[in-house]
Amino acid sequence: MKNYDLVIVGGGPAGLAAAVSARDHGIDSILIIERDKELGGILNQCIHNGFGLHTFKEELTGPEYASRFIEQVEERGIEYKLNTMVMDIAASDASSANGTVTKTVTAMNREDGMFEIQAKSVILAMGCRERSRGALNIPGYRPAGIFSAGTAQRLVNMEGYMPGREVVILGSGDIGLIMARRMTLEGAKVKVVAELMPYSGGLKRNIVQCLDDFGIPLKLSHTVVDIEGKNRVEAVTIAEVGPDRKPIPGTEERYTCDTLLLSCGLIPENELSRSAGIDINPVTSGPVVNDSLETSVDGIFACGNVLHVHDLVDYVSQEATAAGKNAAAYITNGAAKDAKSVEIFPVDGVRYTVPKYIRPAEMDDTLTVRFRVDAVYKNCSIATYFDDTLISRRKRPVMAPGEMEQVILDKKKLGEFPDLSKITIRIEESV
Amino acid sequence: MSTRELTCIGCPLGCALTVTMEGDTVTAVTGNTCPRGDAYARKEVTNPTRIVTSTVRVKGGVFPMANVKTAADIPKDKIFACVEALKDITVNAPVKIGDVILPNVAGTGVDIVAARNVAAN
Amino acid sequence: MYDVAIIGAGVIGSAIARELSRFDASICVIEREEDVCCGTSKANSAIIHAGFDATPGSLKARLNVRGNEMMDQLAKDLDIPFKRNGSLVVCTKDQDRAGLDILLEKGKKNGVPDLRILERDELMRLEPNLSDDVTCALYAPTGGIVCPFHMTMAFAENAFTNGVSFFLNTKVTSISKTADGYELAAIHTDTEESETFKAKVVINAAGVHSDEFNNMVSSRRLHITARKGEYCLLDKEAGTHVSHTVFQLPSKMGKGVLVSPTVHGNLLVGPTAVDVSDKEAVNTTQEGLDSLGVTASLSVKNVPMRQVITSFAGLRAHEDGGDFVIGEVPDAKGFINAAGIESPGLSSAPAIGEMVAGIVKELLNLSAKSDFIATRKGILRPETLSMEERNQLIKEHPEYGNIICRCEMITEGEIMDAIHRPLGARSLDGVKRRTRAGMGRCQAGFCSPRTMEILEREIPMSMFDITKNGVGGEIVIGTNKEI
Repeated sequence: MKNYDLVIVGGGPAGLAAAVSARDHGIDSILIIERDKELGGILNQCIHNGFGLHTFKEELTGPEYASRFIEQVEERGIEYKLNTMVMDIAASDASSANGTVTKTVTAMNREDGMFEIQAKSVILAMGCRERSRGALNIPGYRPAGIFSAGTAQRLVNMEGYMPGREVVILGSGDIGLIMARRMTLEGAKVKVVAELMPYSGGLKRNIVQCLDDFGIPLKLSHTVVDIEGKNRVEAVTIAEVGPDRKPIPGTEERYTCDTLLLSCGLIPENELSRSAGIDINPVTSGPVVNDSLETSVDGIFACGNVLHVHDLVDYVSQEATAAGKNAAAYITNGAAKDAKSVEIFPVDGVRYTVPKYIRPAEMDDTLTVRFRVDAVYKNCSIATYFDDTLISRRKRPVMAPGEMEQVILDKKKLGEFPDLSKITIRIEESV
Repeated sequence: MSTRELTCIGCPLGCALTVTMEGDTVTAVTGNTCPRGDAYARKEVTNPTRIVTSTVRVKGGVFPMANVKTAADIPKDKIFACVEALKDITVNAPVKIGDVILPNVAGTGVDIVAARNVAAN
Repeated sequence: MYDVAIIGAGVIGSAIARELSRFDASICVIEREEDVCCGTSKANSAIIHAGFDATPGSLKARLNVRGNEMMDQLAKDLDIPFKRNGSLVVCTKDQDRAGLDILLEKGKKNGVPDLRILERDELMRLEPNLSDDVTCALYAPTGGIVCPFHMTMAFAENAFTNGVSFFLNTKVTSISKTADGYELAAIHTDTEESETFKAKVVINAAGVHSDEFNNMVSSRRLHITARKGEYCLLDKEAGTHVSHTVFQLPSKMGKGVLVSPTVHGNLLVGPTAVDVSDKEAVNTTQEGLDSLGVTASLSVKNVPMRQVITSFAGLRAHEDGGDFVIGEVPDAKGFINAAGIESPGLSSAPAIGEMVAGIVKELLNLSAKSDFIATRKGILRPETLSMEERNQLIKEHPEYGNIICRCEMITEGEIMDAIHRPLGARSLDGVKRRTRAGMGRCQAGFCSPRTMEILEREIPMSMFDITKNGVGGEIVIGTNKEI
């Protein structure tokens, strides 16, 4: 059995940045395990530009953004295995002198077969998957021509195959918007984008540059109510939905088309985390973590879209950098002693926070807490309370569920509240 | 006097901009929260430009496709001409990020460059 | 000239083909779809009923009980995933429990073993998620769950191995009587070429269309109504919500729906029952899907309907007479019906195969083959092996080390097996039904481009000819900038 200090599950943007950071914080023995045939993860099929404005101060395509981190991994000589699937992660009872608990990672590939690796620490960076037609329970036939937007993106951008000529898109998440433009530029006709919610889940710039530029209508508060076609999609019917998100009879519109693309949300891919016994937050579908991005299992950290679905890859890289640093500290210094932990309560419009728990004594000088809101809020504020004391109130002209928000917690300030029992983050009307 | 409503794309904030114009001249931009919004609005109503990304076929590479982009913004009305110009292009591996795939695409003065590395088979 | 031509490669046609392949005879199966198991056989409750429901003395009663009996040996011989998980028909407090006694009596008359009525206390120990209103239930320990795809394929593959010819993508358009048998005019739906098949005996196992074929040769008309049943399949995380197949006691509100684990570990809820005029209408409906959760909650509480991973609809072939129609047609000698096979059709399939083969044996005076191969191996599932065995397998066949479907953890080796075995997969759905690749929670979002690459390489075939489910169901329609 091979031993590594750190095993990183996933070689996408999160895994790459975590690896670089862990190495830069003194960990030599690192293995990245990637299931695909190259590093870079989903970025490799995201050929649109707009990645890296925060990180590199320029607009890169997905593969370019990935390549910057791949180069850093290569420069540092960090080991990685491609075409390798992690099958299982288990924490053992054995612990080392400094209190780190040994984990066994079981993986498989063509060359090595099924093999086990022992690691002091594991970083989960498996990313997310798309919600399927089945999970949406859309009625109708089940013909060819129904794709998740990401599957279509892979076919078009990486393999050069067009999934259809006339397209209806359900869901205005970013991948759906981006694919509306991609399909249009490659010769297809995108007839409409329907969105169940009264607002788009995608970024503004994508609505402008992917739909408006090409005159593609966006129908908010609409959903697909029927799919026709026995072998291949022949038509899709959409209808307006009421406040209960149920279709309103009489509002049906039928679009002849051969393709339905679904961009209806992403789900962190946590099968491995669950089987490792890690607590999952039902709101994010990602692991519950503390300020060091450590899950409920000692020495297993999480970052990127497996933790919670991000809007910008820059934030994934930032989060993963923190996870890499924190895993390095765990490997070097051992498990943190039982520090007092304070829960962050998301209320009044705040759906969740990552992290959910902070340890004022252990945390960095500042800590970025990220979250999403549950609806569109205009001219509201993000308010933070330590127990009942208002600590900060930051005005935001507009907040939408499609974009992540953040609050920065200050360790010094927390020090002023030695008996703190809870932190609350809420959306408030601006005064 | 006329007005145009735009959504700023400078950052995820997506400010709702109102541009007031006298003929072809912008007289006011409101709704922006930063100078980038002002600059975007003025440009978008007078000379809108876009980065265009697409793919070309690769021969002899470990992947069949390489994605490409315009090295700089091109006029918005040249988007389709730009993609059309890529239709029959096949490049030989290896492809390196930054390789010029097609110079001066659609007469824009802007090159199409590779945005992905593809090693030779 | 074939001795026997069987129309339809569903579970009935395939079971008959397998039983007939024991004998020295030239046999063909003609199927309009691109694969076996494409009609009612692929979209049903996946249940091997105990046999208490049918009217004593009916074909349904006799063949169900016999079919159920045969399943243990068949599952062993043909490597069919099958489990006797036991079934419960639950009675709620506003229902008359006399209904259960009637079922119990019928079951006894039909020869169903070990039936008994359980009271709530014992019931809740067996099945803690039963609804609070459940008072008692009829327990049938011989009830079981099966994979209907594998059951059909097992019959078909074994028949193929024993010399039966299969013509897929071949649609019979008319049947005419000749001096020594029948002539079947058919069209190959993939090439659009015509072909005429001649056979001494024709077996009609055409599911919802079996009335049409009967009526081509007989003045004794059959009339089949397609009765649609919609289902929701839930994630494996919900698969242990119940361990038995939970039926509802029929009431004036309807037959109710079942909640059952599947043999692969998912949870199945369904079916609805609505007569439809279109015999191809396998679409689900908003009303149907919405109703399932509500109806299911009458018998089982907290069914996690949010964990639905897919929904589907199947059509039962309901004949006006209400029973299976099996046997030689009196005014069309040599034409044998296996028609009107609705529930419990899957459960009865092995017995129908036996019965029809017996009729044909008599008619043609067939003799048993000496070299009949009675067993068939299913697709090797590496997850059933020890780590050493698995590594030995990967050493010899590295494709078993490459995971393609990450939801169900299906390897490239299994997909290649599915393609290269007898009557192998030619489409994404074909691969899916054989291996479960694409049947998990992401519903093929991740694996379908990869499975397409494997089909392209292994068959080999053009990417443009790869379909989801046969001609007309192509996945990609051109290349970038060229459509």
